[in-house]
Amino acid sequence: MKVSAVITLKKDVLDPQGKVIHETLDGMGFNSVNEVRQGKYFEIDVKENDPKKAKDLVEDMCKKLLANLVIENYKIIETQ
Amino acid sequence: MKSSVITFPGSNCDRDMDVALTKFGFKNKMVWHNDQELPKSDLIVLPGGFSYGDYLRCGSMASKSKIMHSVINYAKSGGLVMGICNGFQILVESGLVPGVLLRNKYLQFICKNVYVKVENKENTFFKNLDKKVLEFHIAHNEGNYFCTSDQLKEIEDNNQIAIYYCDQNGNTNDQINPNGSIKNIAGIFNKEKNVLGMMPHPERMIDESLSGEDGSIFFKNLLNNIK
Repeated sequence: MKVSAVITLKKDVLDPQGKVIHETLDGMGFNSVNEVRQGKYFEIDVKENDPKKAKDLVEDMCKKLLANLVIENYKIIETQ
Repeated sequence: MKSSVITFPGSNCDRDMDVALTKFGFKNKMVWHNDQELPKSDLIVLPGGFSYGDYLRCGSMASKSKIMHSVINYAKSGGLVMGICNGFQILVESGLVPGVLLRNKYLQFICKNVYVKVENKENTFFKNLDKKVLEFHIAHNEGNYFCTSDQLKEIEDNNQIAIYYCDQNGNTNDQINPNGSIKNIAGIFNKEKNVLGMMPHPERMIDESLSGEDGSIFFKNLLNNIK
């Protein structure tokens, strides 16, 4: 089944890319933006049909490789 | 004295490091990332470059490569490990030194000479060094050192900050901070001070006519300290 993981920067970590995107949006006329934070999205197809096991597996991947827990948080989303 | 330089796919300062180490008297071996065992070495160097194309996060893929199991064991048993630039990023990703390296504050790749202040000389890397300020070279996109406030306190309490970005006279302040690193940190140690990670490249400063010789001073001193 497919499981997705969204990796975002923690609140206190500076996100210069997000800032630049925010300023660009502002310049384009999207003036109602409070903040932009850029993150990463992974779609992982695992050989596992049990949703709980599949999620646990992807969570382990997040902890060990996909996210750096010093600066990033992860969220797991079951997609299929 | 024997040294080993690890080559990862995408390393590009590995041969420069080999030239530098050999020039100052190390018997150096190049080691491929897919090897499992390290040759007998007094010093292991993780060189600069763009291992795995900086995919995911700089150094993250390389930190999981086969040879890194041996490097981590070697470091944990007290062996000397030095990571330069991408090597520093690999060290933080492998957990051998604390913190992370974020994208430079102003989103620019920085390639220039910088001055660094050597803070802590009670370690094999900088012991007996007769200069406090060295001129090294930096070339990186992700050199913005970051750690949590708890980690910073621990790093400071244990004297783990190795070098700071500074001006020619050794003053550290925001104006001369090239990349936004917390406290102008350019390099740090692990708790035991046998692992050093730093963004500047000493191996690019080993020729009087090309670059200046503060790298030569560093390597000569390092060799003497290991002997």
